[in-house]
Amino acid sequence: MAETVIEVHDLVKKFGDFTAVDHVSFSVQRGEVVGYLGPNGSGKTTTMRMLLGLLQPTGGRAQVLGFDVVREAERIRPLVGYMSQKFALYEDLTVRENLVFYAGVYGMRPDAYRPRVKEVLALIGLRGRENELAGALAGGWRQRLALGIALTHQPQLLFLDEPTSGVDPEARRAFWDIIYTLAEAGATIFVSTHYMDEAEHCGRLGIMNQGRLLALDSPSALKQSVVQGAAWDIVAQPLIPVLDALVVMPGVQHAGLLGDHLHAITSPGAHTAETLGAALAQAGFPAAHVEPAEVTLEDVFTELAVRRQRQQIRDHHQANR
Amino acid sequence: MTILIEARDLHKSFGHTHAVNGVSLSVKAGEAYGLVGPDGAGKTTTLRLLVGALTLDSGAAQVAGYDVHLQIEQARARLGYLAQRFSLYGDLTVAENLRFFGQVRGVGRERLDERAAVLLKFVGLAGFEGRRADQLSGGMRQKLGLACALVHEPKVLLLDEPTGGVDPVTRQDFWQLVIRVLGEGTAVVVSTPYMDEAARCSRLGFMHSGRILIEGAPRELAASMAGRVVELAAHPKDAAMQVARADPDVEDVLTFGDRLHLRVKSPDGPLSRLPEALSAARVQVDRLRPVPPSLEDVFISLLAAS
Repeated sequence: MAETVIEVHDLVKKFGDFTAVDHVSFSVQRGEVVGYLGPNGSGKTTTMRMLLGLLQPTGGRAQVLGFDVVREAERIRPLVGYMSQKFALYEDLTVRENLVFYAGVYGMRPDAYRPRVKEVLALIGLRGRENELAGALAGGWRQRLALGIALTHQPQLLFLDEPTSGVDPEARRAFWDIIYTLAEAGATIFVSTHYMDEAEHCGRLGIMNQGRLLALDSPSALKQSVVQGAAWDIVAQPLIPVLDALVVMPGVQHAGLLGDHLHAITSPGAHTAETLGAALAQAGFPAAHVEPAEVTLEDVFTELAVRRQRQQIRDHHQANR
Repeated sequence: MTILIEARDLHKSFGHTHAVNGVSLSVKAGEAYGLVGPDGAGKTTTLRLLVGALTLDSGAAQVAGYDVHLQIEQARARLGYLAQRFSLYGDLTVAENLRFFGQVRGVGRERLDERAAVLLKFVGLAGFEGRRADQLSGGMRQKLGLACALVHEPKVLLLDEPTGGVDPVTRQDFWQLVIRVLGEGTAVVVSTPYMDEAARCSRLGFMHSGRILIEGAPRELAASMAGRVVELAAHPKDAAMQVARADPDVEDVLTFGDRLHLRVKSPDGPLSRLPEALSAARVQVDRLRPVPPSLEDVFISLLAAS
């Protein structure tokens, strides 16, 4: 049976007038990889810090591994691992010394941490480099060491706050390989990111904007449920005039850049590749090439953000009435 | 077309760190040159050398025909720069910020009023002239930053990770503006960690350890690896990974969501051998096929080779 490891109900955090986390509710089951996608300032880090018991919620409640984050924070901490966005490594200590030091912080004894440090070194791919100084490691390896530190005390639940920002694509992929390995071994992972491609890799994905959790579901379910209508890739030059034509075209809900071409969502049943191509030809772009495409997570995010904006405008009008 | 940025063999060290180690690039009017690479690769230092904010150890850079060190005033007059952490004055309004940056850049008063109106409309901030900069959302700040960088009508625009940490809607809006600026004949150099943004540049340089490892149009770069990426959807994944790694023509195996991506020397061997090897290991294969390589695949294979 599924076991709930995170249970959040109506969680709120205010800093003065600013609502960083705005009535967020969700739950996470053991073994899940749950992603938290949103721009800077959308409330991702604040949510994590409340779940870790590092920040006091303004309202609502949350349980982690069955413990209340306010009253029982100290019972949670030994059971969870946390890799913060600005993690601290001891630069003048070696890789192994860093792992051993943090194992000690978590109260592990030498007979427990010795074999564990070996395991962790293998997992993060730093076996053979345990005597290098942490300060001499390249970005991607520092990131992995920080992950290793968060893992040494064998937490059941890992919080990773934008763990891959600023590392190269190879290091990002290697990092995600480790995350999958951990999840397959039964760990639960709660990871924030602002990379859409990483978000695709999560079992379930929460989309945050302005403190609100706008949706939480698997990437494929989000694409199906949030975006009604059909997606198209349009290869045409010059991009901007074609985009301008698309945006005002009947039946087009949304259009934008995707890589080196354009991407559009049309209302259900409004267009086929032929009719959209014909409409573009009529607008003066006969060479535009239209192909059916898949809905992207960016489409999902855009749709949710637009809906939220409309809601805010409605609320604003109602309040002024 | 006119070459607006010409950099030859730029070198810059900080102590023992060779931050920029022999970078050359040239960018024409209307072209966007993308600098792609991890933190510490030398992207920001390269941009700062082009702006003249850092002195070169050796090499030379020209902007619109002016040497950025010997003719710094003339070069700067033609340069717009949006730094990664650009500063706006939080207690000044949108219009006041724009006016301030215009005055610093020596734009005359009358010209400035006209230019401010055009720019605010262009970036979508018309109507927000009186709002204090610290009351703007992240996306609006980004757009005001861009307007400030464009206030003196530069021929060259340098953007250092302009969309880091902003939401996809803002990224989308921002890039549409950049492409419009390109359409006016401006040359743009932009650094980015996002491969989808890199794909929209006219040319790309992959930077690593202070060097540009490879340069080319995004489609050319991706085509250079055609046939060398094979997608494998199979379970159990662990066993599939082991079998794939054992194939002599498979160079690397990476997890990609619920699938594996194999980088292969050539596809024929693995495509003919793997089905049997996988079935012998009791792996069930849902899909095994070559897929078009992405820019990310190109970058990873370069890093592996270097």
